[in-house]
Amino acid sequence: MKDVGIISYGAHIPSLRIKSSDIANAWGKDPETITRGLGIIEKSVPSLDQDVATISVEAARAALARCNINPQDIGAIYVGSESHPYAVKPTGTIVGEAICATPILKVADYEFACKAGTAAIQTCMSLVKSEMIKYGIAIGADTSQAAPGDALEYAASAGGAAFIIGKEKVIAMINETCSYTTDTPDFWRREGRKYPAHGGRFTGAPAYFRHITSNAKNLMELVGTKPEDYTFAIFHQPNGKFPIKVAKMLGFTPEQVEQGLLCPVIGNTYSGSSMLGLASVLDVAKPSDRIFLTSYGSGAGSDAFDITVTNNINQFPKNNAPLVSQLIEKKKYIDYATYTKYRDLLYWE
Amino acid sequence: MRDVAVIGVGITKFGELWDKSFRQLIAEAGAQAIIDSGISGSEIDALYVGSMSAGRFVGQEHVGALVADYSGFSLMHIPSIRVESACASGGIAFRQGYFSVASGMNDIVVIGGIEKMTDVVGSEATNILAMGLDQEWEAFFGVTFPGIYAMIATKHMHDFGTTREQLAQVAVKNHANGALNPYAQFKRETKIENVINAPMVAYPLGMLDCSPVSDGAAALILCAAEKAKKYTDKSVKIIGSGQASDTLALHGRNDICTFESTTYAARMAYKQANVEPKDIDVAEVHDCFTIAEILAIEDLGFVKKGDGGKAIDNKITTLDGQIPVNPSGGLKAKGHPVGATGVAQIAEIVLQLRGEADQRQVKDAKIGLTHNVGAGGASCVINILEAR
Repeated sequence: MKDVGIISYGAHIPSLRIKSSDIANAWGKDPETITRGLGIIEKSVPSLDQDVATISVEAARAALARCNINPQDIGAIYVGSESHPYAVKPTGTIVGEAICATPILKVADYEFACKAGTAAIQTCMSLVKSEMIKYGIAIGADTSQAAPGDALEYAASAGGAAFIIGKEKVIAMINETCSYTTDTPDFWRREGRKYPAHGGRFTGAPAYFRHITSNAKNLMELVGTKPEDYTFAIFHQPNGKFPIKVAKMLGFTPEQVEQGLLCPVIGNTYSGSSMLGLASVLDVAKPSDRIFLTSYGSGAGSDAFDITVTNNINQFPKNNAPLVSQLIEKKKYIDYATYTKYRDLLYWE
Repeated sequence: MRDVAVIGVGITKFGELWDKSFRQLIAEAGAQAIIDSGISGSEIDALYVGSMSAGRFVGQEHVGALVADYSGFSLMHIPSIRVESACASGGIAFRQGYFSVASGMNDIVVIGGIEKMTDVVGSEATNILAMGLDQEWEAFFGVTFPGIYAMIATKHMHDFGTTREQLAQVAVKNHANGALNPYAQFKRETKIENVINAPMVAYPLGMLDCSPVSDGAAALILCAAEKAKKYTDKSVKIIGSGQASDTLALHGRNDICTFESTTYAARMAYKQANVEPKDIDVAEVHDCFTIAEILAIEDLGFVKKGDGGKAIDNKITTLDGQIPVNPSGGLKAKGHPVGATGVAQIAEIVLQLRGEADQRQVKDAKIGLTHNVGAGGASCVINILEAR
């Protein structure tokens, strides 16, 4: 698989933020306990005019601004999300039109809880490798739902990242990828339901931890690496605690995880989560840096990637679009009342 | 009535057993008990199974037939009876099985207790458990189990000066015991500040004052005492059994700080066994909440009414105390799969009386008592066993 990789990437995070402590106060919970317990200080919130389509378009445009390719050479767009604005009608077509990649274009929307975006990367890799397309764009983005008062409300946030996959001028080679999938009902949203449901502690050991550790070990065995061979490690981040814990279980250090761990300051961007982590790592990566990425999607599955940064990163015009750190910095706080309005939690008859 | 002995025990690990089903758990406990007893399956005359709400927890009723089938007894066509009395289901299934052997109708019976509670989300488990309360007068209006015991705790604090710290110490003691029990859901100690600072459930009870939602099963083999020698030389004799009821709703009671179901059942069991509270060497009591253990040691006559809190302070009930209570870790630390609890309590006492309780062994235990309460005290069953 040595010839396929990332040739560009872009990120987008809405600038509105709400602090965990404000949500906790609204529900009569102890702000300090909640913030410390989840490891989330604040989360991003989509404004009234932001959804998965706008976030995907922003991220795709950012990716295109950093490379010199003709949008008409893009052969496929796959958008992974669990909050596509339409139940029927693709987000990918909106992105395709917005970046002038239509009409000779393969498009589909993906859903696999928080790992649909990394599944999209795998699809694009296959199409590029088989030379069915020259470039493919894989996007992971979400404006995740959370019922008022639910534990998810402290985490479910908004953001996304886009990765252009190709063979030329690769800035980060994807050496290998593998997946681990079972039917594990830890978190779900039934058709027609506004908010997802979750199985309490069942979302931990048999779901997140089993799938990530199994898949991560499989990948390292496949490529013959150890945790210390990697400069950076990125894990799906549903809260600030799980990725640190799973890293420790696998033998990675907090230093390896730090650059890709965004959940404490933006929350869980679901399909965007591990992909924004990768974008943040690529913002600072140097040639020969090795990156270990493991996503997780409830339901349940995990995609793992072994990535090596190439010399092309030195010429990569990353400043043509906002860095992840700049997107995190650019923020405006809202209170819980405003949050309920923007997240459509209020209703009247 | 002839004498009856417990000749075999089996217990599964208690906890969130996501990879084990209802039928697997009971079959596992039953098989262990049969192996422990030395009987062969073909010698079993009947099955008694305690289960509170398999229907709501796992969508399965007709539990008697299910257990017979999945224990491999369907071809023998032996009678199998499911017993329900909320959280006292297991202890009462045991008592029914005991009667059937004592009467001479059966020689060998298997007692099972089982609950698989973690297949539903926490709020649903709370609702299901609340079905053990008075639906029309209590549960319908939103009262839950923690709510009932919180009212009792508040009254106990008011009437007798019981403190928040004393309640917390019950959990600390039971966690210390649970840490020594390989079957316990929480095999770890906890500190008093953890209990006091845990998230509030219903004042004054915090999360660590409450027993958990658990999966688990336990089983026992009962045999006519005169025939027990044929199978084992470590049988434990049943010397007393009592059962009583009380008003379903808490508000009907004379005093909410006394469970008369316990006092009446205890009187019956003590009388039959011809023992007094001071003769009991070890007890497994129904500590579904920390206040429940304080009530239990008072109502069983181990201490005077109102002195339960002080007894905890004076360490009367610790493993090396005057009357060790809940050496298994109790419902608090061992776990509380409701239908299994009463049977598991007896299994623990049998192990204690056989001297096989390892690190949690109570020294020189000869007479042991189990106290199993249904819901908010509307039913109670007490069994007293003696080492042979």
